[in-house]
Amino acid sequence: MAGPMKMRASVAGGFTEVRVLMTHPMTTAQSGQALHFIQNITVKQNGKAVVEAEISQAVSRNPVFSFRLKGGAKGDKIEVSWLDNKGETNKIETAVA
Amino acid sequence: MTRRSLLAFLGLLLAKPLTVLAAWNEQAFGAKTAADALKNIGAAAAAPSKDIMIEAPQIAENGAVVPIEISSNIPGTTSIAVVIEKNPFPLAGKFDFKEGALPFVKLNVKMGETSDVRVVAVAGGRQYVATREIKVTIGGCGG
Repeated sequence: MAGPMKMRASVAGGFTEVRVLMTHPMTTAQSGQALHFIQNITVKQNGKAVVEAEISQAVSRNPVFSFRLKGGAKGDKIEVSWLDNKGETNKIETAVA
Repeated sequence: MTRRSLLAFLGLLLAKPLTVLAAWNEQAFGAKTAADALKNIGAAAAAPSKDIMIEAPQIAENGAVVPIEISSNIPGTTSIAVVIEKNPFPLAGKFDFKEGALPFVKLNVKMGETSDVRVVAVAGGRQYVATREIKVTIGGCGG
């Protein structure tokens, strides 16, 4: 299920730290359940893609990621979206604090 | 062309670039050995580097959630990949950093057993690798 996401973005020390949580089962084939995991993650800063990730079922359940962006300022818009192997998707947007 | 068929056509045009954007390297992620995974991301001949930093516990009590923090001090790093040697599918993730991002990522991974974790960084079209062993007390691939 495309559960809720949480994100925090703050600027300090010359870079923007983005911490994002995704609610997702991330089930493996070894678990005996249907394989269900996030495959793609995109991080955007003010509408421009800055990180593109491909991940596997080896990422833990309810994934938490931290990313760092060069510079940045309070109020910058950060958006993180994901797409899983069943075509489900979700995204969250926040302003840098 | 009716309005409906025009909309369907426009929908197709929009859908295509989306599927291209959401590329997922099935061959690399489907590889069952670290060597195959590395070959499939073009990193079979990566040179060892001390400029790739891997922060992780020496011993992970719970293999279901092993925190790993990675950064590259190699100038011009554009990509970082994480390969867990002894996992059934070793490639855990590949992160591409565009203009504006620092080559840094922190994530939690599952590890089935004690394993070397290889981190491959790409900079200026060349591949570099650093390796770190993480011991796992209780495996975490059942999740």
